[in-house]
Amino acid sequence: MLTETNVLNPHKWVTAYADYLYMYAIVRINDEDTAKDLVQETFLAALEKVDRFEGKSTERTWLTAILKNKIIDVYRKKSSGLAIASANKAAQEQDDFFEEDNGHWKAEYAPQPIAAMDDQDPLLKKELNSILQKCLQKLPALWNAVFTMKHIDDAATENICTELHVSQANFWVIIHRAKVNLRACLQKNWN
Amino acid sequence: MSYLKKIIYNCKQATFLIEKKQLKRLSFREEMELRIHLAGCGVCVLYNKQSRVINDMVQQLFHDSLKNELKLDDAFKADLQARIEEGLA
Repeated sequence: MLTETNVLNPHKWVTAYADYLYMYAIVRINDEDTAKDLVQETFLAALEKVDRFEGKSTERTWLTAILKNKIIDVYRKKSSGLAIASANKAAQEQDDFFEEDNGHWKAEYAPQPIAAMDDQDPLLKKELNSILQKCLQKLPALWNAVFTMKHIDDAATENICTELHVSQANFWVIIHRAKVNLRACLQKNWN
Repeated sequence: MSYLKKIIYNCKQATFLIEKKQLKRLSFREEMELRIHLAGCGVCVLYNKQSRVINDMVQQLFHDSLKNELKLDDAFKADLQARIEEGLA
């Protein structure tokens, strides 16, 4: 059977893929200017690699892979240096949620029902969603990167660890802390 | 503190296992610890429920944001196109 070989046509890239790549980036980066830059860098980097395209994937998949690597670079940059300090600070705050000696919830942080979660009212849901968005943005960059890669891209844990330079043990700690923080943030801003 | 008592009181560990379980199969021992804890801790039962709702909400949020047709402006695209043509020349 003859397999179809994919070919590249850079003249059509902008029309065909610019919006798609922009959306792909913005969902993961949450910053319009950075997303724009990434789309531009992706096309320019792709131009230089045109010779190495083997036609095994579609043009779109190939471009998306280039963009994905650039997004991971942004995650890495954001989560180095200063960002680590802020992650540590947030980690410390999270330790405040539980009693130090036995790990029991501290009374003031114990989960309480969040009405909008059970309610089907679309308006309440919408409001809760916008609070969730704000809470996501407040997470330290590294946590946000880990959380996003796991939950949107459904990336394998091993890959996330390698790409973001975190150990497996640290990965689970981050997943836990990110969620405990998110939930607390929702509760605090809802009630 | 006895081993059992540690499990019963430790909500930090229980919520850790709740998060892990949503992404990975727990070991037999972890699964048992979590079940014992949840049997006696209403607060963590609530946490478990809310945590799952948050996961669904996050998924939905990303899904929806793909539908809202955020597009690049034409000037940016034209400029980008020009740069590509330049690179090709």
